[in-house]
Amino acid sequence: MTAPDLRTLVEERRIIVCCGSGGVGKTTTAAVLALEAARAGRRAVVVTIDPAKRLADALGLEGLTDTPSRIDGDWPGELWALMLDTKSTFDELVVQNATTPEQGERILANRFYRNISGALSGTQEYMAMEKLYELNQRTEFDLVVVDTPPTRNALDFIDAPRRLTRFLDHRLFRMITSPGRGVLRAVNVATTTFLRTVAKVVGAEVIEDAVAFFQAFEGMEQGFRDRAEAVLHLLSDDDTAFVLVASPRRDTIDEATFFAEKLAEADIPVRALIVNRMHPRFGDGLAEATRARAESLAGTAIGGLYRNLADFQLVASREEEHLSGLAAAVAPAPVVRVPFLKTDVHDLDGLRDLARHVLPS
Amino acid sequence: MGKTVVSAALARAASRVGLTTLVIEVEGKSGLPTMFGQGGLEYEEVTLHPGGGPRGEGEVRARTITPDHALLEYLADHGLSRISKRLVASGALDVVATAAPGIKDILILGKVKQLERAGEADLLILDAPAAGHAITFLQSARALLDTVRVGPINAQARDVLEMLTDHERCRVLLVTLPEETPVNELVETAFSIEDRVGVGLSPVVVNGLYDPIDGLEVDPVEAAEAAGTSLREGEAEVLRDAAEFRLDRIALQEEQLDRLAAALPLEQLRLPFVFTTEIGPDELEVLAERLLAEIERVPEVV
Repeated sequence: MTAPDLRTLVEERRIIVCCGSGGVGKTTTAAVLALEAARAGRRAVVVTIDPAKRLADALGLEGLTDTPSRIDGDWPGELWALMLDTKSTFDELVVQNATTPEQGERILANRFYRNISGALSGTQEYMAMEKLYELNQRTEFDLVVVDTPPTRNALDFIDAPRRLTRFLDHRLFRMITSPGRGVLRAVNVATTTFLRTVAKVVGAEVIEDAVAFFQAFEGMEQGFRDRAEAVLHLLSDDDTAFVLVASPRRDTIDEATFFAEKLAEADIPVRALIVNRMHPRFGDGLAEATRARAESLAGTAIGGLYRNLADFQLVASREEEHLSGLAAAVAPAPVVRVPFLKTDVHDLDGLRDLARHVLPS
Repeated sequence: MGKTVVSAALARAASRVGLTTLVIEVEGKSGLPTMFGQGGLEYEEVTLHPGGGPRGEGEVRARTITPDHALLEYLADHGLSRISKRLVASGALDVVATAAPGIKDILILGKVKQLERAGEADLLILDAPAAGHAITFLQSARALLDTVRVGPINAQARDVLEMLTDHERCRVLLVTLPEETPVNELVETAFSIEDRVGVGLSPVVVNGLYDPIDGLEVDPVEAAEAAGTSLREGEAEVLRDAAEFRLDRIALQEEQLDRLAAALPLEQLRLPFVFTTEIGPDELEVLAERLLAEIERVPEVV
C-alpha cells in the first residue's frame, strides 16, 4: 500500500496541520499548501500564528487579522488567510460557554484571566486548535491549513486543550470556590493557610485576582472539557493530516524525530515530511576523495575549486544521513526535499516558485 | 540561529583567555554537552572543559535552571520549604505564574543573579530563550514590579532589573544568520530590548557565513591546466556549479550583512558555516578561535 502523496493530501483532506520546530519555514509551507489547494479549485483557509507576520508579508497582506481575509489571484478556488489572535479566540470561547452574559463579562474583566492568554503555557497551542475546530465547523471552507506555534514539546498542542481544562478545574481552587461542603471544610483550612503563605510571597492582590477568576469560572468547566475532547477527536480524524516540517540541520532533525515519535504515541500518523533548505548535491563523488584531491592541489585555483566541492559534498551527505532516521520514523509518509532558495518568499510569485519545489507537478 | 553553538563557542573563547565560565541553560534540553563531547546537563553543575594546562585556561562549567527547581530553592531560602513541595506538585505554580506573569522568568533570572553575586565564575553565559520569548523573558522583571508591589518577589525583581540594566555587569548578545528574516527579527529584537528593558547590547554574532575560497572565479578547465592536472569527464561542470553556488550565497550573505549594518549600529562578530553540520569538540575549537579573532578585530565596545 502506498501512502498518498502531498498533492493528494492538499486536494482531498479537510485539515492539514503543519508542525515542527521554530525557524524551519512552517509558516511559508502552510501558505504554499493552502495556495496549491486553491489552485486545485478548493476553498482553502490558512491560519498562522506568527509574531513576525511573515505570512502576511508573503501574501502581500498588510495587517492580517483574526477574521479570514480573501486573497485574490488567478486560481479557480479560493484562498483565505488569517492570523491567530490568542486572546480574542479565548474571549469568544468564554462568551460562548458562559451560563449568563454577566458571567462572561465578569471573567473577561478579571485581571488574572487577562494574563492567561499571555502567560499560561500551552494557551496559544490550545487556541490554534480551537480556531481550527471553529473553521472546520463552517461550511465555506473545504480545507483548513494551520501553522502551529514553534513548540519545543511536540505534545503541547495535542495536550494543550486537556491541560488547560485541568488548570481551570484546579483542585486547589475547587476547594476555595466550594466553601463549607462538609468533608472539604478540613481541607479548606489547610488550603487557606497555604494560600496565605503564597500571598506572602507574591502579594495578596495577585491571589485575590486568581480566586476571583476561579469563582467566576464556576460552572463553565464542563463546556470547556467537552470542547477540548471534540478538538482532540478532530485531530485524530481521518480527514486531518499532520505534515511535519523540518530543516536538515542535526538539531532540528532530532526535534522533528522526537515530534514524530510523540505523535505516533498519540496515534496520530505523520502524513508527509517536508524538509526545507536542503543543500544541493553536486556530482556523485565522495567528499573525502574530493577533499584529498583539494589538499594535493592546495594553493592553486583548481585546489580551491575542489575544496569548495568537497564542502558541499560533505554537507549534502551529512544532511541525507540526518534525514534517513527521520524518514524511516515517518514511513510510509512521503519525504519532500526543498532546496535552499535564493531569496525569502515575499509575495505570491515567491510562493508559486516555492510550490514548484514542494509540490512538483 | 545557533544560539547554543555561540554560547558554547563564547564559553570556550573565554576559557582560552583564562576566564572561568559557567553556561546556564533554561529550556531543559540542550545540545551544549555534546559540543564538548559529553552527556546531559543537570540542575547540578557539570564541568565541560577542565581549566589549567600550559596556557592557564579557565574552566567551563554548565548547569540547567528550571523554574520549578528555582522556585523550590527560592522557597527553601526564604524559610518556606514546608509548602514548596506542595506548590510544585499541585501545579499551583502554574496558577501563580498566570496570576503574576513573568514569575517563572524572574525565578530563573533571580537564580542567575544569585550565582553572579556569589562570584561563581568570571563569566556567566545564559543561553536565553529564542527571539519571541527573549523580549518577555528580559522584560519580566520590569513587568513584575507592576504586578507584585511588595514582598520578596518584588525585591527579587528589583535586584534582577538592577543587574540587567547595569552595562558593566550584564550584556545581551544577539545571534542571527545572514538571511533576510533572521536579520529582520534581530533588528526588531535589538530595538525592543534596548528600549523596553534598558539592557546593554554587545556586538551581534552573525552565524553561518560561507568562508570565501580563492580560485572560485577561475574556470575549472583553465585552473586544471594551470596546475598541470586534468579533469575527469563531467567534472568541470560539477566544479563550476558548486563554485557558482558558493559565490551566489556569499553575495547574498554580504547583502544581508550590509542590510544589518545599515539598520543596526552594532559591531558584527562573524562565524563560519560548519560544513560537517555537527558541532563536536573539534568544530568548537575552530569557532572559539574565530570568535576570539573577531573580538580582536572589532573596536573595544565597553
